[in-house]
Amino acid sequence: MDILPILSTLRRHKLTSWLLILEIALTCAIVCNAVFLIGQRLQRMDMPSGVAEHELLQIQVADVTSPSNPYARLAEDMAALRQVPGVLSVASSNEVPFGNSSSNGNIRLDPAQPERTLNATTYFGENLVQTLGPRLVSGRDLQSDDFVDVEAALKGLSTGDSKSLPHVTLITQTLAERLWPGQNPLGRIIYLTPTVGLRVVGVLDSLARPNAYDQAKAQYSMVVPLRMGADKDLSYLIRARPEDRANVLAAALVALKKVDPQRVVTMQRSFDEVRRKFFQDDRAMAGMLVGVIVALLIVTALGIVGLASFWVAQRRRTIGVRRALGATRGNILHYFQTENFVLATFGIALGMVLAYGVNLFLMSHYELPRLPGIYFPVGAVLLWLIGQLAVLGPALRAAAVPPVVATRSV
Amino acid sequence: MFIYYLDLALRSLRRNKALTALMVLAIALGIGASMTTLTVLHVLSGDPLPGKSAQLYYPQVDPQDIKGMSPSKEPPDQVTLIDGLNLLHAVRADHQALMAGGSVPLQPEQSSLDPFYVDARYTTADFFVMFDAPFLYGRGWTEADGDAKARQVVIAKALNDKLFAGENSVGRTLRMAGTSFRIVGVLDSWQPNPHFYDLNTGSYAYSEQVFVPLQTMLDLHLSRSGSNDCWGNGGGGTDNILPSDECVWLQFWVQLDSPAKAVAYKEFLTHYSQDQKTLGRFQRAPNVRLRNVMQWLDYQMVVPDDVRLQNGLAFGFLLVCLVNTVGLMLAKFMRRAAELGVRRALGASRRALFAQLLIESGVVGLVGGCGGLLLAMFGLWLVRQRPSDYAALAHLDLSMLFITFVLAVCATLLAGLLPAWRACQIAPALQLKSN
Repeated sequence: MDILPILSTLRRHKLTSWLLILEIALTCAIVCNAVFLIGQRLQRMDMPSGVAEHELLQIQVADVTSPSNPYARLAEDMAALRQVPGVLSVASSNEVPFGNSSSNGNIRLDPAQPERTLNATTYFGENLVQTLGPRLVSGRDLQSDDFVDVEAALKGLSTGDSKSLPHVTLITQTLAERLWPGQNPLGRIIYLTPTVGLRVVGVLDSLARPNAYDQAKAQYSMVVPLRMGADKDLSYLIRARPEDRANVLAAALVALKKVDPQRVVTMQRSFDEVRRKFFQDDRAMAGMLVGVIVALLIVTALGIVGLASFWVAQRRRTIGVRRALGATRGNILHYFQTENFVLATFGIALGMVLAYGVNLFLMSHYELPRLPGIYFPVGAVLLWLIGQLAVLGPALRAAAVPPVVATRSV
Repeated sequence: MFIYYLDLALRSLRRNKALTALMVLAIALGIGASMTTLTVLHVLSGDPLPGKSAQLYYPQVDPQDIKGMSPSKEPPDQVTLIDGLNLLHAVRADHQALMAGGSVPLQPEQSSLDPFYVDARYTTADFFVMFDAPFLYGRGWTEADGDAKARQVVIAKALNDKLFAGENSVGRTLRMAGTSFRIVGVLDSWQPNPHFYDLNTGSYAYSEQVFVPLQTMLDLHLSRSGSNDCWGNGGGGTDNILPSDECVWLQFWVQLDSPAKAVAYKEFLTHYSQDQKTLGRFQRAPNVRLRNVMQWLDYQMVVPDDVRLQNGLAFGFLLVCLVNTVGLMLAKFMRRAAELGVRRALGASRRALFAQLLIESGVVGLVGGCGGLLLAMFGLWLVRQRPSDYAALAHLDLSMLFITFVLAVCATLLAGLLPAWRACQIAPALQLKSN
């Protein structure tokens, strides 16, 4: 098929051709970026937590009147929960991965350093590693004589008495690699305040922070041996076999109510729900983007159908003449298909440039990474396919024009 | 003439139903999508207290240690208890209130109801008058009551409905956290959106159920929520221990009735910081800000990024729909070149032709706008099904309804300009000849 006659025809319909090219270009630019955004969201929703997600339950209870000794109450609650049939392990914690509510500290490697090195989350609570399930890559877990009561630590902080402060910590592999690239982190000191220096005694393979909004910093977590008393912000984390979880949760609530019938359960959920809730906006956004892509492609396809039909109707006589002069139906069909291919190619080329520009804009405003090259050929193939599908109907109608049309006057 | 053109337009549109339907559909989809996201954006970036927000200011001072100081840095987003009380007691503004968020356990008298937790706001007395909180019954507590750590509480309408079946409960007792409080006021429905005075506890669709004097909360150690930010050897405290003096955790708002007063107040903040530095409490040079409500919301970037992204996306979509419509309309008008040539030859001026074609595109815009409106209502219904905290607020209001139509008609007229102009360029003789 010779392409020159097509180009010379298009040159006679400049405005319409350019409009179609522009439409394809805009669609291409938006679709490339939207698909990229969907990929980003899906990748985010896949973020590892480092914990045994399908085996965990989280419960928060709040007392109507504060217990006289919150530490005794904590011990009592933990003991009651361990008695529940099906419970494999129980922990107390100030926060959970993807739980949103978080406690964070500014890390310095030298107490005199003016700017923090980075901000990391601080997990505290008993029995955390064993219950949550991150793997210890090196070093040791926290031991019971490492632990310090939170109230004593806060008092020690204000008086400067370092004896009542915690001295050791566990950190994640990612955090260790960020703080001391390529070196052994064990035995090194992290400063949370000028007087709180924590020696790294163990490294965990992975533990996501509750506020994992930024993927690069999602694994900046440390576990500090601080013991919180029972209060409404403390979570009890229970590990049980996936199939036992519903029963264990119900029985655990009964056990906690038995300790104090007056208390209020403010949260009860499985870790699956924690993850679902944390990423709900990402899921909604991905869904919306899919909707926009589909709507865009439909509108563009219908636009191509409309314009192609118009062209076919306009050129009926010409088609008839060509047929009368010996062009086959296939020739006519190919003519319109090639014409669409040429227009789509122009549109895609322009669309790639636009897509890159939109990506640059998004990068500067929404902290998005650069659009990977793979999206360009994928977007191109998608639009070529849509274009060919859309033009098929009108092109077949053109091919069906009988040669006798040439001899009729309009 | 207009009626005649309208009649011509309708006839022409009816002649090619598929093409007309395509144009209307494209416009409706584009308008529907962009109106949905625009409405969400409009709701989320709205003024929480229209008419009042320009007089309400959020003072910020910088009590942090010298570490990591740089002149361009913003001061902390909240105040320490000491600074809050100092600024409160200075009484330099028309009204001022120091506040924090929290939650309290409530023990209803009715044995049929289990104890439950409600969100609380701990604040000083001016809160209600400053933020125009409407009272259904009673009033707020006085400054003297606050200073006396009175066990008084103002409750929200929803809680009053739940506990007292909507009756006037002023004077009755409410048991909270093991203490008896006397109800002094019941608020009418009130939910400023965004929840501008404390964005940490929730930005949208969030409202406290009980309001307790701040001094009472400090006395009883009621539990706090929200954010606290510490430096040096500061410790954030726990549920029952207050954050230390090196932590910011309270919000301080002032009402300044004139711009001159705002200027004077900012000077006062600078002097205050200077005095604190002389006393040795502050280490940094005075670093103060005084933003009004809308400036504060803007600075805090309260509208979620996703919402702005969706809005941009929807307008990109509208653009594609418009280009599509321009193309289709051009095709439609050019197809009628012969008819237009005849009209020109019979004496119709270019202007008349142009007007006729624009009316035709206006009709498409109007019908498309109606379709877009229906789609926007459906889109907003979809948004409301989403789990985000702002989802429930997504409703079309009268001004957005109006904007939808204006946008639809303007966009389509704009889209019709180029094809109409192009069609008017037709030389009548040429068209007549080819017939």
